[in-house]
Amino acid sequence: MAEFALPQNSKVQKGKTIDAANGATRKKTFKVYRWDPDDDRNPRMDEYTIDLDKCGPMVLDALLHIKNDIDQTLTLRRSCREGICGSCAMNIGSGKGTNTLACTQAIDEFKGDITVRPLPHMPVVKDLVPDLNHVYAQYTSIEPWLKTDSPAPNRERLQSEEDSTVLNGSDGNGPAACILCFCCSTSCPSYWWNADRFLGPAILLQAYRWIADSRDEATGERLDQLEDPFRLYRCHTIMNCTNTCPKGLNPAKAIAEIKKLMAVRR
Amino acid sequence: MSQGASSQKERPLSPHLLVYKPQMTSMLSILHRATGTALAVGMLMVAWWLVAAATSEEAYNVAREFAAGPIGLVLIFGWSVALFYHLSNGIRHLFWDLGYLFKIENAYKAGYFVLFMTVLLTGVTWFAAYNQAGENTLVTNAVEEGEAE
Repeated sequence: MAEFALPQNSKVQKGKTIDAANGATRKKTFKVYRWDPDDDRNPRMDEYTIDLDKCGPMVLDALLHIKNDIDQTLTLRRSCREGICGSCAMNIGSGKGTNTLACTQAIDEFKGDITVRPLPHMPVVKDLVPDLNHVYAQYTSIEPWLKTDSPAPNRERLQSEEDSTVLNGSDGNGPAACILCFCCSTSCPSYWWNADRFLGPAILLQAYRWIADSRDEATGERLDQLEDPFRLYRCHTIMNCTNTCPKGLNPAKAIAEIKKLMAVRR
Repeated sequence: MSQGASSQKERPLSPHLLVYKPQMTSMLSILHRATGTALAVGMLMVAWWLVAAATSEEAYNVAREFAAGPIGLVLIFGWSVALFYHLSNGIRHLFWDLGYLFKIENAYKAGYFVLFMTVLLTGVTWFAAYNQAGENTLVTNAVEEGEAE
């Protein structure tokens, strides 16, 4: 059910203010969500004012500058710093935010202070690190691997260029390009209220990736598994998912394709 | 705090609805739901009006007077907006069901078109209604004048 207010232990309080921009000509203030599992305090927003000449152009650069030079207790996930691993997905904005990758989000796209929070409506492990166990379990539930009945050939199972375009997209933005950062799922109000049973855009995009794979022979079984009022049909085409995808993919379209396949096979 | 306790501690839920930037995608979606609910409630007044019409002339006049009064007019105006928004956006949903309008720019264009159609259809309807009402008044006046002679 939809619960608009945060639980008592999750209400965000004002945190500390640190000005580390002494004598800087280009200043920027970052308001960062903090929560420490090792004390008994509620989450809070810490404010760091930094010198932009001391860090790179992206939000991730600023966060790493804060962590390296100002406050080493700041915790976040990051790896590739070039938008391909999906680790640094978070909610970034000026005041209110949208989900994106910190490493591909330019700082100068925002005029005012920049607010950084973990992916929305997720249990927080620490600071900007959300607990992804549940989405990973949902990913496992769609059995994201090639399933076949026909005997294995002596070489790879081949695919026509046309068939592979369904997966890769003519512009490279097909469902197979998903990096599982979960920006989309955590932008989806339906997923916020029904994550226990609704699979959410990221997982449904992946479900479609296997349904649409010309080499996969379990299409019917996969559709059976999704034929459920919650798993698939909690999608109401809100389209926050497609709007926020940092890779420019289209989960909403993939979900619509699954719904169409469901209608056609009736 | 002991080491084990921290891992057992209940994790906070990260902020969601109230910090997520409102945008056309989500706003038009929630508006669709809100107008749908408003229309369902509006059916109560339609039901009252019909029941009154079937009951007696006095009952019908009470319903009619309420509907033509300031509160009634505001409600009916609101419901007409809700009806035309829900209708137009419902058609946008049908396109989605067919697999169209999924590019964000197209979804936005269609969204603006839905808003435009809502204003247009509501305007046309009320313009027509007032024209009709004006004519009726003229007719009534003419009849009254005729009776007076």
